[in-house]
Amino acid sequence: MTPPTAPAGVGGLSNGMSFPDAARLALGDTQLRRNLRAATGTIRAKRASVVAEVEDWEELREAGRQIKASAMNRLPELLEQLEREVASRGGVVHWARDATEASGIVTELVTATGARSVVKVKSMATQEIGLNEALEAAGIAPYETDLAELIVQLGHDFPSHILVPAIHRNRSEIRDIFLREMPGVDPHLTDEPHVLAEAARLHLRRRFLEATVAISGANFGVAETGTLVVVESEGNGRMCLTLPETLITVMGIEKVVPTWGDMEVFLQLLPRSSTGERMNPYTSMWTGVTAGDGPQAFHLVLLDNGRTATLADEVGREVLHCIRCSACLNVCPVYERTGGHAYGSVYPGPIGAVLTPQLTGIERSPSLPFASTLCGACYEVCPVKIDIPRVLVHLRARHVEASGPVPSPEAVVMGATAWAMREPRRWGLLQRITRLGRLLSRGGWIRRLPPPLSAWTSSRDLTAPPRHTFREWWAENHPQDDR
Amino acid sequence: MRAAREEVLGRIRSALGSGSVPPEIPRAYRRRGVHEPGAPTLLDLLEERTLDYRAGFVRATPASLPDAVAAVLGEGVARVVIPPELDRGWVSKVDAELVVDDPSLTPATLDTTDAVVTACALAIAETGTLVLDGSADQGRRAVTLLPDLHVCVVGAGQVVGTVPEAVARLDPRRAMTFISGPSATSDIELNRVEGVHGPRRVVVILVLPVDPDQPE
Repeated sequence: MTPPTAPAGVGGLSNGMSFPDAARLALGDTQLRRNLRAATGTIRAKRASVVAEVEDWEELREAGRQIKASAMNRLPELLEQLEREVASRGGVVHWARDATEASGIVTELVTATGARSVVKVKSMATQEIGLNEALEAAGIAPYETDLAELIVQLGHDFPSHILVPAIHRNRSEIRDIFLREMPGVDPHLTDEPHVLAEAARLHLRRRFLEATVAISGANFGVAETGTLVVVESEGNGRMCLTLPETLITVMGIEKVVPTWGDMEVFLQLLPRSSTGERMNPYTSMWTGVTAGDGPQAFHLVLLDNGRTATLADEVGREVLHCIRCSACLNVCPVYERTGGHAYGSVYPGPIGAVLTPQLTGIERSPSLPFASTLCGACYEVCPVKIDIPRVLVHLRARHVEASGPVPSPEAVVMGATAWAMREPRRWGLLQRITRLGRLLSRGGWIRRLPPPLSAWTSSRDLTAPPRHTFREWWAENHPQDDR
Repeated sequence: MRAAREEVLGRIRSALGSGSVPPEIPRAYRRRGVHEPGAPTLLDLLEERTLDYRAGFVRATPASLPDAVAAVLGEGVARVVIPPELDRGWVSKVDAELVVDDPSLTPATLDTTDAVVTACALAIAETGTLVLDGSADQGRRAVTLLPDLHVCVVGAGQVVGTVPEAVARLDPRRAMTFISGPSATSDIELNRVEGVHGPRRVVVILVLPVDPDQPE
């Protein structure tokens, strides 16, 4: 029996909008496209230069891939080991089958401390489960402390990138949000990035000093030692992981790695792929509770929410190797044009197109596996070599199978083409019929086909079929090779 | 709670099926550098990478270290916090109030200090990284977080070349922080800006071994 997918109607995995509809909206926003082009261009160049200086990059990628594959293979054993190690160092481990259960556990833990607010480190897992909404419903104010998350939260907006959730905003839009939403902000705020960063520093400092509960995600959980790892830049993570009395960490079960030594691979792969730096400014590592240093109460919530359903797909499971660097977003020609909101999920871009449909079940995100040109750039930059194009094609096939007995026009055409291609004579005949398409062309292009083929030409132009096919040309010029 | 645990583990086992063997992990990447810790090439590389993050870098000898610390702290620093077992000689020439950390100091109190001086567990040359592991000369994590200036004293022999060499030398059961330059963000148009929540200034003081042939 296949494990259940993530429940509908809770969390940030699907907003119910199809990719083509949402993409059409995004493509009409020229400011958004300008912001995205500038930002992804910057980060692509930075990543390429710091990756080029690592002579053993390909060996590191291969090691990263196999460490993750090995961890998935040994998942039950490793999770039990992680649980044991965390518990032996004074932490408490909780298990959550889905988003609702995880949010419930966290809300109860916060309520038990008596806190009415929490500070949060940027975390994909807590966005996925819709934790902020659950906390607010229980009367607890969640304060996002990562600069980009703060911009999103203050702008009553949605994240659009894994690493830089406010990538769709430029500096002057950010200044306007701060002026509107930040109590006591300097009314003469300029839009220089260092001035905006300073405003965030002042806004959050008091909150950090007074917070009693923090909530984080985790980049890695080391089974061998029970060590949790959070990789960040601003120091908001360190504030949350160090100053409050209670720390609650929500971690997807796929984040476990077998040994401490494995961190030597990921601490090289992640920063260079993510922010294009040799090393990110801050990486925090802690094991349970450390006497006299940091939170004296630590809870770890292990989250399924569709991950075991993903694991059950032998092709699709490699998506669970993702370390959330977001390099694939920055190189994707589709993402660069539509932005992250078009994907309708907290996981946008190429990785989102293969992860979201598996977590939710393909019937709830049917258009996402098609939100790609299959150009393969995502695979080339992936630090753990996830073959995203292969999984996209696999999920498209799963979608076609799941769509039931009435085949789509695309399935009919593909089926007919497959039939024709099995037999040289049939293929030659099909090509001669196709040549009739020349009658519809103007200047070498076909702009409109009759229904049902109009579905294809409504969004793309088609080159006119050639006067001669290659096979005809070959037969004329190589009569001796005829077979 | 028990039920969720058993159910998630059961789902994983059924998803994986039986009989699959975990793959061998190829470790063909560089697991050791070509230079011994403290080699002059590594010290130069650490300097280059540190400056690239727009952090400060100063060289000193054991004899000149107290002057170097005092000079880096400079005029504007009124209160300096130090971990309980920092070598007091290092701060002997500092002309500011010294606050010795102990766990009873609240975050709000630490926030009133201007600078912190610490040792480190080791430094990684290739990535320009300082590693603090909470030893008594490095202090608890909050001490190096709230002051706006972090002065970190690194012995030449503590400088390793690569990340794998660092990982092999560290004890993960200690609470650790890897620090690479000052606090920074790339959240505005993906341009790096130094200085958000952590110390906005980081200065590395590298202590070189004394050359026995050279009188100080």
